[in-house]
Amino acid sequence: MVPEIYYLVLSAILFTMGALGVLARRNALIIFMSVELMLNAANLAFVSFANTYQQLNGQIIVFFVIAVAAAEVAVGLALIVAIFKSKHSIDVDQMSSLKG
Amino acid sequence: MLLSESISTNFFSLAPWLVFAPVLGLLVNVIFGGWFLKRAWGETAVGTVASLASGAAFVVSALLAWSVYASGGHGESVFLAQWMHIGDPSTGSGQALILDWTFRVDSLSTTMMLVVSGVGTLIHIYAIGYMHEDVRFKKDEKRYQRFFVFLNLFIAAMMILVSGDSYLMLFVGWEGVGLCSFLLIGFWYDMDTLGRSSWANSNAAKKAFITNRIGDLGFLIAGFLMFWAFKSFDFDTVFTAAESASPELIVLITLFMLVGVAGKSAQIPLYVWLPDAMAGPTPVSALIHAATMVTAGVYLISRSAPLYTLVPEAQYVVAMTGAATALFAATIAVGQYDIKKVLAYSTISQLGFMVAAVGMGAFVAGMFHLVTHAFFKALLFLSAGSVILGLERGHHHLAHHGHGTPKSPDFGHAGAKSDARSQETLDSGHPEEVFDPGDMRNMGGLRKTMPVTFWLYLIGTLALAGIFPFAGFWSKDEILADAFREGYTGVYWLLTIAAFFTAFYMGRQIWMVFFGEPRHEAAAHAEESKPVITVPLMVLAFLSIVGGALNLPGLHTFTEWLEHTIEVHAGEFVMSVALISTALALAAIVISWLIYGRNPLKAGQPDPLKKPLGLLFTGMENKWFVDEGYKAVFLDNYVRISKFLADVIDWRFWHDWFHEKVIAGAYNWLSNVALNEYADQKGIDAFANGLGEWTKEVSASLRRIQNGFVRSYALSVLLGVVLILGYLLLK
Amino acid sequence: MTVDLILFLILALVAVATAAGMLFSRNAVYSALFLVLNFASIAVFYLLLGAPFIAMAQITVYAGAIMVLFLFVIMLLGAEQLAPIKVLPWQRPLAIGLAAVLVAETAYLLILRAKPAADIIPPAETVNTLGELQRLGMALFNQYLLPFEVTSILLLVAMVGAIVLTKREKGERE
Repeated sequence: MVPEIYYLVLSAILFTMGALGVLARRNALIIFMSVELMLNAANLAFVSFANTYQQLNGQIIVFFVIAVAAAEVAVGLALIVAIFKSKHSIDVDQMSSLKG
Repeated sequence: MLLSESISTNFFSLAPWLVFAPVLGLLVNVIFGGWFLKRAWGETAVGTVASLASGAAFVVSALLAWSVYASGGHGESVFLAQWMHIGDPSTGSGQALILDWTFRVDSLSTTMMLVVSGVGTLIHIYAIGYMHEDVRFKKDEKRYQRFFVFLNLFIAAMMILVSGDSYLMLFVGWEGVGLCSFLLIGFWYDMDTLGRSSWANSNAAKKAFITNRIGDLGFLIAGFLMFWAFKSFDFDTVFTAAESASPELIVLITLFMLVGVAGKSAQIPLYVWLPDAMAGPTPVSALIHAATMVTAGVYLISRSAPLYTLVPEAQYVVAMTGAATALFAATIAVGQYDIKKVLAYSTISQLGFMVAAVGMGAFVAGMFHLVTHAFFKALLFLSAGSVILGLERGHHHLAHHGHGTPKSPDFGHAGAKSDARSQETLDSGHPEEVFDPGDMRNMGGLRKTMPVTFWLYLIGTLALAGIFPFAGFWSKDEILADAFREGYTGVYWLLTIAAFFTAFYMGRQIWMVFFGEPRHEAAAHAEESKPVITVPLMVLAFLSIVGGALNLPGLHTFTEWLEHTIEVHAGEFVMSVALISTALALAAIVISWLIYGRNPLKAGQPDPLKKPLGLLFTGMENKWFVDEGYKAVFLDNYVRISKFLADVIDWRFWHDWFHEKVIAGAYNWLSNVALNEYADQKGIDAFANGLGEWTKEVSASLRRIQNGFVRSYALSVLLGVVLILGYLLLK
Repeated sequence: MTVDLILFLILALVAVATAAGMLFSRNAVYSALFLVLNFASIAVFYLLLGAPFIAMAQITVYAGAIMVLFLFVIMLLGAEQLAPIKVLPWQRPLAIGLAAVLVAETAYLLILRAKPAADIIPPAETVNTLGELQRLGMALFNQYLLPFEVTSILLLVAMVGAIVLTKREKGERE
């Protein structure tokens, strides 16, 4: 049996890498993928907890997260396509019209 | 017997519906009345709702009366709600104000409830027909709804009055009916009886309201004394405590209460509002200003019987006030020409009878006369209303069919408002020739054109005049017999003479209105009223005939009914008294025939009594100049004082000197020099401006953070996460 | 070193390596493919943790549907690589620094502050049985019925939203 803590540390590392991706990359699609990576890191923690405590709730949360992520990807990619249509770029650094 | 036992225990809890049924009716009419009136059946619906609400109150009253009877006449107090509880009577000094909304259901209050709701319901039904014509005559059909709302409100307030378990609850109803009276007297507040623009009606309403306030002040002082002395407003507590109180205090309380009674029940010296109150529509005159509200004073004294019987001095004052009012008002009634004014003074006179009776301690006789009077006076007023409507119809007929010249502004224009109406009056050019449908000098010979109304009016007249065997005979005779036996000789003779005048002015009215030849074309063309108007009158006429059976000598039904509630002594029938009063009444009718019946009045002829009586009749005609006297003594001086206060004290002293010089001067100095220059400009402004500058500087530097790059915003979020997590770890 | 642990360490290495690959690939297509690999390794973790249903969902929905959608969009837009322009010079070092702090904090929290595993008393009934899928279904359609239905509405809304966003307006020229 692998101790729970290993999974949680792995989850934390993956989450941080996702966050790093969001912060460091300029490509909107890769930022989006990093977000997915963060979601998966969280899912991993949930399933790990579900296993430790022998409760189904963790798995059910993950189920909902996957469903919501699917919806999110559909809308998010549609947004990226729409932005690309008007700006002809998916570089987030070129989208700074809201500068104060 | 099982039935009566099982039923009787349940009905007391219905008591709150006495108030809630009319309130429900008025709410329905307030909310849906306007919607009803847009439809053809609207007026019937509004009137039916109001009548049903009042009828429901009557049913409840009847069930309560049955319950009182079945419980052996003792009645019950029905608690509904806690009004206010201040202090705790069980601790400390024991000073507390405990007020509840409790219904007192006993034989006295159920008697009043039955009269109020019974006569009230009949008048509601009558009003369906009456107001139908009245609103068209006055050209404002929207007020139909308002009338029935007010009428239901009155029933509710009157029920609170008669069912109150304490003087304060009674006072709530007392003021409520006062408000309804004000609203209904001024119902046509912006026009006179002919629909012309005028403030006469609203002035009459104000007069009634203000005069009643003077009386209410007396009632309030009586209440304050009562609470000061007995620490309670509850009837039972007060009555028990009063037995051991000093007689001087009770005299004060009862006499201040008499002031309230004089206001509400129109006794000397506060009766002046009641004749003017005839400005209200006729159903109002019948319901409020004859049958029910004005008898509230009589009810109050009967209710306070345990207080009054403690102090004979106060009783004597009450009896004399009533007797003097009875005679005084009866003499004025002889000299009046307006059909409703005669009845108004007659009402004051009859209220005098009742007050005199309860003053003498003859509470049963007073309440008995209250009940029968409600029947026949409501009958007389409503019949008078029918006469007036008949004349208006005749006049309308004339105006439309061109028999002779119409003598008032035409009634043909629909929807004319008050301005237009007054303009028409001016255009017609003959304002002095305006036709007054209430003036008896315009009537005559109506016996042939309005036969039903004639017979009903005759029954009412005979009942009021006290002719055997009508209701008035029995009740009036009981009062006279009590006065005779109890040794109130002065009161007895005053009342007997008043009874003579009563028969005389009623005879005069009958001869003038229904006999002889029509003195105006409108009278000749008068039309009989519809069944919706005459049928309630027939019910009242029946009650006026048989009402005396309530308390026939020897049977004493009514006496036994009331004896559980108030101290009574069975009135004995005194043959000599009955003979004297009947003989006087018959004589008065014969004399009135000699003067008015044998040689009927001609159009334009002055009253035949004017010549032989001279100055005396001028006095009667002008109400003994009481109004003028009040004006000279009270009103003019009041206005003088007001003017002095307004011109000299308020304007010159307060405004010109104190406000302008002292207050405004000091304020200006304070604001210009002290506050503006030093506090404001150098203090607050400097601080506020500095704050603004500082904000601008800080925001200019913060502005750089808002760079528009979503990634740097995300970085801030991560920074926040790291910091919060670090804080949690280090905590 | 049990077999479980060895397996875990290998898979963890794969997961971190693929995540790093996604992060550092210049080409977006490579990033997407690395991510698919990462998702697959996480799916194996799910299997190890006794959640076969979630593992299958991970493979089909994430590694399958979602990542195909990503690849499709990358190809559609033809924007695999971006022109190298420097706008935020401090962004990257700051991000790396903060990430390092975050990992340190989390590790500290998990390792030093976490409850010892011995204290956790698992319930007598274990979920790692064949009946688990059935129980998952029961829980999903009884206890979590309302969230489930709400999720279905969310998916519908997302679908409508995606269509509206990408639909070409009438008269709009490409």
